Amino acid sequence: ITLIPISVNAAADDAIAAYTGGASVSEGGVMITAPEIAENGNTVPISVEAPGAAEIALYADGNPTPGVAVFKFGPAAGSHRASTRIRLGGTQDVVAVAKMPDGSFQQAAVEVKVTIGGCGG
Amino acid sequence: MSDVKPRIRLPRTAKAGQAAEIKTLVSHVMETGLRKDSDGNTIPRMIINRFTCEYGGEMVLDMALEGAVSANPYVEFDIMIGEATEVVFTWYEDGGAVYTETKELSFG
Repeated sequence: ITLIPISVNAAADDAIAAYTGGASVSEGGVMITAPEIAENGNTVPISVEAPGAAEIALYADGNPTPGVAVFKFGPAAGSHRASTRIRLGGTQDVVAVAKMPDGSFQQAAVEVKVTIGGCGG
Repeated sequence: MSDVKPRIRLPRTAKAGQAAEIKTLVSHVMETGLRKDSDGNTIPRMIINRFTCEYGGEMVLDMALEGAVSANPYVEFDIMIGEATEVVFTWYEDGGAVYTETKELSFG
């Protein structure tokens, strides 16, 4: 078993392993832009960018369900970035995993401190 | 659901060969399936689970969404402008409903 040097909880670990098919994931190559402190966990702005990536999958490791979204970039994409707004149930790490065209994976994580949770809590 | 209303912002003037930003927002509750009503019954999940943007017969973005995407899903991304004018946006809802919106690029 290869341990990834990012402290994600077991459910998020499983979700990421399901996405990568168990392939090893290297650090870096993905940029996540997120607020350091989010006052309202119901709508937290997140941007992800991974130059050259075919897909970027986004996970919130402290949510009841860790999966958030998967962005697949098509041939008419103008970049390999996307932004959206997500729900965070509390302070946690947001993890972005990029799938490269050669089938390798890269990831990055940022911690977002949440003052009011976004899962009805 | 009748309250699904897309709002889309395309680049004001498109130039072939250039990347340009598109912003989309669709009004939707994104019910996670995790909440309970006042009687303690679970409110069934009802979310937009997929969003696509197509241009000139090619995919720009194909996004899978989970319940962790905020209500009124907002997505911002870039398109590579070519010759085609029509940009097609599609939202897929749990239960099979599909909402499509077509917008025309104006070339400057």
